[in-house]
Amino acid sequence: MRYSGLRLFAEALRGNSGWKPAWRDVAPQKSYDVIIIGGGGHGLSTAYYLAKEHGITNVAVLEKGPIGLGNTGRNTTIVRSNYLLPQNHFFYEKALSLWEGLEQDLNYNAMVSQRGVINLFHAEGTRNAAVRRGNAMLLDGIDAELLDKEQIRALCPLVDVDNARFPVLGGLMQRRGGTARHDAVAWGFARAADQRGVDIIQNCEVTGIDVEGGVVTGVRTTRGRIGAKKIGLAVAGNTSRLAQMAGLEVPIESHVLQAFVSEGVKPLVDQVITFGAGHFYISQSDKGGLVFGGGLDGWNTYAQRGNLPVVDHVWSAGIAMMPSLSRLRGLRQWGGVMDMSFDGSPIISKTPIGGLYMTAGWCYGGFKATPGSGWCHAWTIAQDAPHKLNEAFRLDRFRTGHLLDERGNGPFPWMQ
Amino acid sequence: MIRIDCPSCGGRDEVEFAYRGDATVVRPAGDAGEEAFHDFVYRRANPRGWHVEWWYHQAGCRQFLKVVRHTMTHEVHAVARAGDRVEVPAAEHTGVPAAEHKGVPAA
Repeated sequence: MRYSGLRLFAEALRGNSGWKPAWRDVAPQKSYDVIIIGGGGHGLSTAYYLAKEHGITNVAVLEKGPIGLGNTGRNTTIVRSNYLLPQNHFFYEKALSLWEGLEQDLNYNAMVSQRGVINLFHAEGTRNAAVRRGNAMLLDGIDAELLDKEQIRALCPLVDVDNARFPVLGGLMQRRGGTARHDAVAWGFARAADQRGVDIIQNCEVTGIDVEGGVVTGVRTTRGRIGAKKIGLAVAGNTSRLAQMAGLEVPIESHVLQAFVSEGVKPLVDQVITFGAGHFYISQSDKGGLVFGGGLDGWNTYAQRGNLPVVDHVWSAGIAMMPSLSRLRGLRQWGGVMDMSFDGSPIISKTPIGGLYMTAGWCYGGFKATPGSGWCHAWTIAQDAPHKLNEAFRLDRFRTGHLLDERGNGPFPWMQ
Repeated sequence: MIRIDCPSCGGRDEVEFAYRGDATVVRPAGDAGEEAFHDFVYRRANPRGWHVEWWYHQAGCRQFLKVVRHTMTHEVHAVARAGDRVEVPAAEHTGVPAAEHKGVPAA
């Protein structure tokens, strides 16, 4: 069923009686060519691009609960490609270009809104870093724009640019950055993958991965054993546990990151704005709630809930940047479990186990990468080799010393 | 909120401490080779369960403490000084035993 304005109009006249489920509810078959573990954005997009780009349609996506309720449903929906390192440039720019055509490609309204992402800076040193990053982006053909204090004042009237302690000197803006509707991304990829023959199997938790002679042969699940020639992991937060089922230990720790939504208000924040003197970022949803987040709670955890010290810190940083926030009530606050890699960059890679692949280690930044991650993961699975875009995201880079330490924090996951 | 019962200072909130990671990792001998140092820097069990970890009491006695904490419930089972041995409650072992570890091969 193709979605369109005409269809919407026709269904409105028929009492919306003609809509069908967006994807089939199927029981697992005995075996598949490819099994993707994890029915979030990355897993569903991997399945979609396997079918679309590589013609591999005998694919199942296994999800322990309903799809899209892990980090896909828990992030702050930011989309951008404003990185410093060239390896990140090309990958995230691919992801951003896929976002730009995603709705037409999927025939699904993912509400991609290129409202601009502004990173504020408050001192000469951070200004220099922003200029350097902006120039690096421009050299690789990515849009970047340096804004001065008065431009920030005009674009973001609620930002306290004259703050006595953290005066805003300016900001680095990527106008093509913005937000997307996270649930719609999962549902859109699920529907599009299903239409191409992919089986999406919900409430099917993987409890073991069978490896024979160094090659995967299938998975054991709460709904029985399912055979597979190839297996892709897209299980952010739980990559260590799933990889351990295949006897592999990965350079990842699991940490919780919190996000927040305020009560709904009229339009206040037109862009995505990040604070440069603390870890805080904010945008406004189409329903009117301010959506914001901060840093990690900072210690290993698998619990999808946050703790009060970081709640306090995030609100404080937000109020320092935008004092009017102090007049708003918080509506909801939640936590998602991140795969924190040791250099802060992702892993889209083959593994030492034959037929086992992973897209993992996304740290804070998994949502923006969703289509690019799936695209590259699908390529890596189909070709049994990384694409040029994700060659730098190899799992073995930690052994060879080719780290991608975008933030320069060293091998400390909780600091990335 | 995690409360840590510091052996020197008594029960304190987590905000007084800085987390310093997995305390089961041991620095290998200088001539142990690249494989051992790779594992020292990058290999972690990352268990969903009991975790032995370093917490630095930076706003207190400035000692490194060894804490046994559960990564699902956040319950703190034991707090000890850095050189002390700690007892880890029995639970499913989620890491890969060294003998079965596949490692990540050199390129």
